[in-house]
Amino acid sequence: MLARRVNLPHSADGMPLPPRQGLYDPSFEHDACGLGFVADLNKEPTHGTVEKGLEILRRLAHRGAAGCDPCTSDGAGVLLQIPHAFLERVTSRRGLELPNAGDYGVAQAFLSRDPTRRAAEMRALEDAVRYHNQKVIGWRDVPVDATVLGPLARSSQPVFKQLFIARMCNAAVFERTLFMIRKRAGRMAAQAGLFDFYLASCSSRTVVYKGLALPELLHLFYTDLAADDLRSTLALVHSRFSTNTFPTWERAHPYRRIAHNGEINTLRGNQNWMGAREAMLDSDKFGEHIGDFKPIIRAGGSDSASLDNVVDFLVAGGRSLPHVMMMLVPEAWDGTSPEEDPQKRGFYEYHASLVEPWDGPAALLFTDGQLIGATLDRNGLRPAKYVITRSGLVVVASELGVLDFEPEDILEKGRLQPGKMFLVDTAAGRVVGDEEIKRQVSGQQPYSEWVKDNKIELSSLPDATPPPPMTPEARALLLAAFGYSREDLGVLLTPMAQVGEEPTGSMGVDTPLAVLSDRPQLLFRYFKQQFAQVTNPPIDPIREELVMSLASAVGGEGNLLEETPRQARQLELPHPFVTSRELARLTRNSLPDFRVTVLPTLFEARPSAHAAAHEALAAALDELCAAASRAIDAGSSVLVLSDRGVDPGHAPIPSLLAMAAVHHSLIRAGKRSRAGIVVESGEPREVADLALLLGYGAGAVCPYLALEAVADLSAAGDVTVDAKTAATNYVKALKKGLLKVLSKMGISTLSSYQGAQIFEAVGLGSGVVERYFAGTSSRIGGIGLAEIAAETLARHARAWPTPGTAAAASAGRELDVGGVYAWRATGERHLWSPETVASLQKAVRLEDARSYEEYARLINEQGDRPITLRALWDLRAGGPAVPIEEVEPAAQIVKRFSTGAMSFGSLSKEAHENLAVAMNRIGAKSNSGEGGEDPARFVREPNGDSKRSAIKQVASARFGVTTHYLVNADELQIKIAQGAKPGEGGQLPGPKVDAAIAKVRHSTPGVTLISPPPHHDIYSIEDLAQLIFDLKTVHPRARVSVKLVSESGVGTIAAGVAKAHADAIHIAGHDGGTGASPLSSIQHAGTPWELGLAEAQQVLVMNGLRGRVRLLVDGQLRTGRDVAFAALLGAEEFGFATAPLVAAGCIMMRKCHLNTCPVGVATQDPVLRAKFTGTPEHVINYVFFVAEELRQLMARLGFRTLDEMIGRVECIVPRKDVRHPKARLLDFADVLRVPDRQGPLRYEPGVADATDDAPGDLSREIGSTGGFEVKSPDLPISLFNPSGTVLDDEMLDAARLSLKYGEPTTMSLVIQNKDRAFGAKLAGEIARKRGAEGLPDGTVVVEATGTAGQSFGAFAVRGMLLVLEGDANDYVGKGLSGGVLAIRPPARARFRADQNVIVGNTVLYGATSGKAFFAGRAGERFAVRNSGAVTVVEGVGDHGCEYMTGGTVVVLGLTGKNFGAGMSGGIAYVYDEDSHFARRCNGVTLELDPVVPGGQDEALVLALLEEHVLHTRSVKAQRLLKDWPTTRARFVRAIAREYREALAKLEAVRAHG
Amino acid sequence: MGDPRGFLKTRRGKEAYRAPAERVGDYRELVVPPADAELRAQASRCMECGIPFCHKGCPLGNLIPEWNDLVYRGKDDLAVQRLLETNNFPEVTGRVCPAPCEASCVLNLDGEPVTIKAIERRIAEDLRGHLEPVIAREKTGKTVAVVGSGPAGLACAQELARKGHDVTVLERDDRIGGLLRYGIPDFKMDKAMIDLRMVQMQAEGVRFETGVNVGVTVTAAELTRRYDAVVLCGGARKARDLPVPGRELSGVCLAMDFLTQQNARVAGDVVPDETAILATGKRVVVLGGGDTGSDCVGTSFRQGARSVTQLELMPKPPLVRMPENPWPEWPLVLRTSSSQEEGAARDWAVSTRALGGESGAVTHLEAARVTFDGRTMREIPGATLSIPCELVLLAMGFVGPEREGLLTQLGVTLDARGNVVSDASGRTSVPGVFVAGDMGRGQSLVVWAIADGRRVAAGVDAYVRQQRLAVGA
Repeated sequence: MLARRVNLPHSADGMPLPPRQGLYDPSFEHDACGLGFVADLNKEPTHGTVEKGLEILRRLAHRGAAGCDPCTSDGAGVLLQIPHAFLERVTSRRGLELPNAGDYGVAQAFLSRDPTRRAAEMRALEDAVRYHNQKVIGWRDVPVDATVLGPLARSSQPVFKQLFIARMCNAAVFERTLFMIRKRAGRMAAQAGLFDFYLASCSSRTVVYKGLALPELLHLFYTDLAADDLRSTLALVHSRFSTNTFPTWERAHPYRRIAHNGEINTLRGNQNWMGAREAMLDSDKFGEHIGDFKPIIRAGGSDSASLDNVVDFLVAGGRSLPHVMMMLVPEAWDGTSPEEDPQKRGFYEYHASLVEPWDGPAALLFTDGQLIGATLDRNGLRPAKYVITRSGLVVVASELGVLDFEPEDILEKGRLQPGKMFLVDTAAGRVVGDEEIKRQVSGQQPYSEWVKDNKIELSSLPDATPPPPMTPEARALLLAAFGYSREDLGVLLTPMAQVGEEPTGSMGVDTPLAVLSDRPQLLFRYFKQQFAQVTNPPIDPIREELVMSLASAVGGEGNLLEETPRQARQLELPHPFVTSRELARLTRNSLPDFRVTVLPTLFEARPSAHAAAHEALAAALDELCAAASRAIDAGSSVLVLSDRGVDPGHAPIPSLLAMAAVHHSLIRAGKRSRAGIVVESGEPREVADLALLLGYGAGAVCPYLALEAVADLSAAGDVTVDAKTAATNYVKALKKGLLKVLSKMGISTLSSYQGAQIFEAVGLGSGVVERYFAGTSSRIGGIGLAEIAAETLARHARAWPTPGTAAAASAGRELDVGGVYAWRATGERHLWSPETVASLQKAVRLEDARSYEEYARLINEQGDRPITLRALWDLRAGGPAVPIEEVEPAAQIVKRFSTGAMSFGSLSKEAHENLAVAMNRIGAKSNSGEGGEDPARFVREPNGDSKRSAIKQVASARFGVTTHYLVNADELQIKIAQGAKPGEGGQLPGPKVDAAIAKVRHSTPGVTLISPPPHHDIYSIEDLAQLIFDLKTVHPRARVSVKLVSESGVGTIAAGVAKAHADAIHIAGHDGGTGASPLSSIQHAGTPWELGLAEAQQVLVMNGLRGRVRLLVDGQLRTGRDVAFAALLGAEEFGFATAPLVAAGCIMMRKCHLNTCPVGVATQDPVLRAKFTGTPEHVINYVFFVAEELRQLMARLGFRTLDEMIGRVECIVPRKDVRHPKARLLDFADVLRVPDRQGPLRYEPGVADATDDAPGDLSREIGSTGGFEVKSPDLPISLFNPSGTVLDDEMLDAARLSLKYGEPTTMSLVIQNKDRAFGAKLAGEIARKRGAEGLPDGTVVVEATGTAGQSFGAFAVRGMLLVLEGDANDYVGKGLSGGVLAIRPPARARFRADQNVIVGNTVLYGATSGKAFFAGRAGERFAVRNSGAVTVVEGVGDHGCEYMTGGTVVVLGLTGKNFGAGMSGGIAYVYDEDSHFARRCNGVTLELDPVVPGGQDEALVLALLEEHVLHTRSVKAQRLLKDWPTTRARFVRAIAREYREALAKLEAVRAHG
Repeated sequence: MGDPRGFLKTRRGKEAYRAPAERVGDYRELVVPPADAELRAQASRCMECGIPFCHKGCPLGNLIPEWNDLVYRGKDDLAVQRLLETNNFPEVTGRVCPAPCEASCVLNLDGEPVTIKAIERRIAEDLRGHLEPVIAREKTGKTVAVVGSGPAGLACAQELARKGHDVTVLERDDRIGGLLRYGIPDFKMDKAMIDLRMVQMQAEGVRFETGVNVGVTVTAAELTRRYDAVVLCGGARKARDLPVPGRELSGVCLAMDFLTQQNARVAGDVVPDETAILATGKRVVVLGGGDTGSDCVGTSFRQGARSVTQLELMPKPPLVRMPENPWPEWPLVLRTSSSQEEGAARDWAVSTRALGGESGAVTHLEAARVTFDGRTMREIPGATLSIPCELVLLAMGFVGPEREGLLTQLGVTLDARGNVVSDASGRTSVPGVFVAGDMGRGQSLVVWAIADGRRVAAGVDAYVRQQRLAVGA
């Protein structure tokens, strides 16, 4: 369970991470990696197999990482079969006698370096062996060569020993006994305080060698691995990339049964539920030893370790390894029709009632020593490729090319598909396909019958009468009592009821955090949603609906170790929202074995004089939890927590508090898994509320008052649909919104979201958190039950005021005005108020310092009406005050300022260019945003002004991201998330895409543009490292920054990003402005930048990584004082977005999303754009006012330069005079903690290369910023490449004359998988020298052979022709900008090209122009977000042409599922081989037509096929061409309706014009 | 918001008046209310701003975007409710407020604000259906005297009654309403409104006592003894006078005397000829370019003046905003009132030096042209003018509350300008005595008076309730 994990940073069976301190929490650590296995089908163990495994490790080195010490890796390891011959030889020398192979086990132990402790550890293990009646044979020292380790790894290196254990039991139970020995030994060691003790493996079949050696040196460290007689038929390897630099040996993979690439993002829920199930576990297989296994998930482990714990346990419990993998990581079965495969569906359905999916982007390799396999989760976001050779070798790895094979030896090449399993049975010497293994596992029991006989559906229960509808008066009173505001009804519920959509808003949040508000806040408001960034991708729940599921099972679970029909006895709901009528059906059901107990969640609203309100609340909670426990004891399967019955004497317990309290008290009591919990409450109304209830364990929610309110909106005519439709729409909006919330975290199924607590609290005191919300992060403390009770009663008093008060006398009971979404005089407070907007605009227009002072005073001096956290802090001098003249000049300071990332498209051309001109004039930086940029702006204006944005953003949609765009930047910013809607994508509706926007975004006017939630080339941290590498390759002189959003754990992410070689990390606050976002995202996701920045600073300093990167911050920065706090917390640079817009005329209309901005800032309407009155001077005046204010503070604090200030957190002191009743409860000790210094507090040029042998002076000034020390990192690009060189350098050399004079060059070379981003460097050079036009076609011709690394041909420009004979990995042709790529199999290959994979996933992502020909199949997401490239491929995986907006794709073979999802432009021609293409199409927007003879389409396809043959000699294309009429008849044209119409419109214009 | 693009489709409608030639013949209201469709179209122009500057510009904090939307959607009943939530007398502000809301409306960036005032007025037209008394649910038994029945007094009294207190309004005139009743001409506001309100407030428990001049008819001490709290709402009635030679001539009158007489006439009172001030057949000069001056102009025309000239001491304002006076500040620009439209001659930067007369009656006015250097005024040498006239009306504003009687007897602290000093809840230096409206803030707008009345009512409520607690303890 999480609480234990957080409090016990020392893992019980391993090496320590640092304990929780400041904002660092070891539970946030992440990792990702490269992995692979090799298995020999010839059933003969060989040393060659081991060597091949180690070779894979070497070839995957670029996927791992090293920390501040470049020789200490994050971990690498190999799992082998027990090498009996080898062990026999080495042990016999020591006088040990090993039994026959299989009759003994090997425990691979990591032991303490302290001899006494080590002896105790060894004793513990031996005792465990004896306890389980096995025999200790003896110990062997595992020889290692520590000289190959880095100093960090050496300093923590344990002692390695192997213990040999002889089998004294039935062979069938030996492996399980070894498992029990391992568990017991671990438990005993932990009890004795021996925390260093760790068993890497303990098995009669497998042994694991792993540690912190660099992957390519692992075999030198463990000298065993070099022995010729160390033989195995399989080798499973892993190279790790972790987010920290703390040496932890046990966190290296492989684990005992699995190795994992990716992240389990449902981990917290999985841990909680496993904890909850422990009390129910029972198995004759473990007998009385079951206690040794609890907790099943050991504290302190990573997500992979936790999963390994569970897999291990379940396998030991008797299920087969494939069975366990199928139940824990199920494929997406919910969307399939029951007829498709009833047996498999039955399996999944049955197991869904036992265990929730371990969800996340995961490629999992697993083995029990005989079976070795791989599986991908339902999303399939991690790459896994396989090769099977004729000579009987099977290789699975993250990449192709990890082993070299003769082309003629290759039998089959492929990739693992989402949710599919790939299995090798080394004993049988054969590959077992996904279908076969799943058929076998799902046929073990009549699962589907069990489900059919036991599952309960609401519709099958007899109808029951719901409570009668409320009278208008009663409803009005309840609305008041539950704190509804008019905005809740008008802004939130109305659009939900009207159109079934969540409401949209803009311009961020500037209201107080709940804990700072004076108005009674719902408990929900103290929680912020968490979201995925970098270490796992968010999902697009609309376009990739097929993997999502909101199904919820409500009821008791059985014993996880059993398989009985009874375990399927649960209520199954299609989604977790139930109406009052549906709830009545459930509560009044007459099933004897499915009893429902309703528990009231009310407390005394007017407790007697001697009892305080919070005592009444506490007593009610205690009674509620006790009643829940009693109900379960009495056999209830479902508990309904209901606050029906609120009246003058009874107030509702906040529903979230009631839910979480019951959930956690039942977990503690070991009863949680015996019943489902349903919440019936008047309180929840918006998506965030319902998500919270589910996230804290609810199985279903009946928001009865919201449903009443929605019906009333219909009755009152506020919505134009009837009451029933309104309710349906409301639920629909909730469902959509909930899917979005899940997706933000990258979670696909509700069942793994339930109880996962993907939230953090801001402003909730530790007492409440520990008692009721255990495991939730709450960094700054805050309110307790007393305040919660007071706020609840304040709401209650709106309906039933205390007699004798003015409110009681007044006749009216108007609902609260709200004032959250729009300013109201009597509503919530805002930082942007009429006064602040007016005074700032007056200040910048009249250059009126007094007006600025007035503005700054209003913002800075919030007194007892705080809005921001920093308002609760004071500044303390860091030294004697200095004269203001000695403080660095404002003109220098402003160079650290940048404007926010706002795209042209969200801003008008005028507003966008105004910011750029202003920033360029003063040497600061503007940000292009994600919409591309008109190349005309790269050229200086005649008057000397420049409209070029110094920062160019690279966002998920890659709009307008051409090579030319990239090389015209000083900084390339990878936007992982944005404050207003972290974890979400966006959409620019077709009508808003005018000609100008379409041009810079390389799309078609009138065609909708969708931004996917994730970058499809960043599913994990090593992918981010790859993109950074790509960008540095194409534009070596640009600084690469990564934009993250503040949330707890962002520090850990930042450390990972620093290790991925970003130059700068941008921490954005949750409150940032936006053009358009769902209101729930604007309001309820992310945290203030103060928290995120402090955490990033602390964790980077702790890891010794701070000197490598700059930190940038933004999020409602407004004044010099804001900047001062940001600098002291660790920021070097500062972003402003809303304030410069206000300076230039924005008046906070918050109508950006409607295109009706009346001041011409955020609109594309020419009439409105004409109203823009801003000038660069306005913006410049603003930033100089800020800088001057900052200088005054610096003088007072005693700082002459900003550099001196950075990270001086001791200069921030919490105010002591805070009287605000809630705010004064906050505790900033963790935020303002001075980190234990491990390294510099700020960016230090040269630090990054201090440990490398980098040539002396490679630093170069870049861009237009001149004096400010924005330098590219002092590292040659080759240093980021473990191979030491970039193949591009050779190419660049060879192409010298082409670059200079345009002369043709042809070259040949050999390429390997470690050669990544091949071609990008040349492409960047050409774009820089030759502009957007590039060179004439075919000027530089490269003929390569081999397996290319990732990002082959990325950003290739016109004039480049790259021909590859061999194959390539993921991201081929990323950002293709006019170049031509051709990949074909080697001439000697004997496999059928069109049936084998030749390129990996996410090919041609964001391509804007150029051509690509692939003689073979491609992986998932082929041509995702293509906006102009033309390509031919012979088959694609799932999600082909996703989000495509332009270009032409010809597919000569089968496609995967969900083809064309979100495709709004471009045309795909698919050769429909099996006539089932339509079924695999995402039909929402596409039209499918035949290719008619004689038309344009036919000519186009024919020409492309011929070109394909020319470039690739494609056998398939030649065959198809041979019988063209038949071929043509099978071709289907897929085109988006919208695109066809837009083309027709353009054609009409052309015809007339 | 009804129509996000409404402001792009519909232009600001101009407030329609009856034709000057027709309207000067009577004292009926001159505004012609817009038709329903036009009204809704105008309401559709409201953009429901993220920061509704109008809502800030309105001293009452009227929920302008909310009721604009309700009007647009034809939910007139709800619109009235929403309006009444913040404004006790929208029928008054809808007629006489200079509409600072419109000045700060975002659409006024382009000079075409939403016609907020016209919409408010129109919503208030539907009031008659909403004048049912709002009876307090609990009575406190506390008594409060409100001295003065102008907009501040009435708003304060109504709020207090609705909070359950027993309120008595003391008015020294014969009818309630103060400046509303006698200061504002009927052609701008039909006085029947006030009578309807009186009936409503009586039903809510407010007692009205007219003809009671506190400080004269009843002493202040008696008042504080008899009531748990006293609220001073006596206004700032002391007019600024003109200390020049000839001020004593007949035909030189204070504007308020002139306007009061006419309002009494319209109300059916008979004004004896010997005290009557009439413009009929006369050449009239109105000194002062403000609202009162305009009221004098309009009244003079209706009485049949031969000509009306209006003089203003300050220079002529610019036609458009100056950069140093940016939106959303109140625009200091030239405005022309409906009365001025009826044919007044206007002149600016004119300082009256003397009034000349024959037989004790005024015959002409001597004045000099002036310039301003910052705040100091200078006569332009040689630039003098003489204007023949038979009636001179002094409409140069008010200098503060009348001190004698009530204020002197109570002994409340006054500020430098003679206004009663009070805290945010209206408490004066004398316990139990509160002040609201012009008596505390000096001459101001009706809308501020109502806002004050509401604010101080809350202060009084807290005070008397606490008193009970103190007694109980």
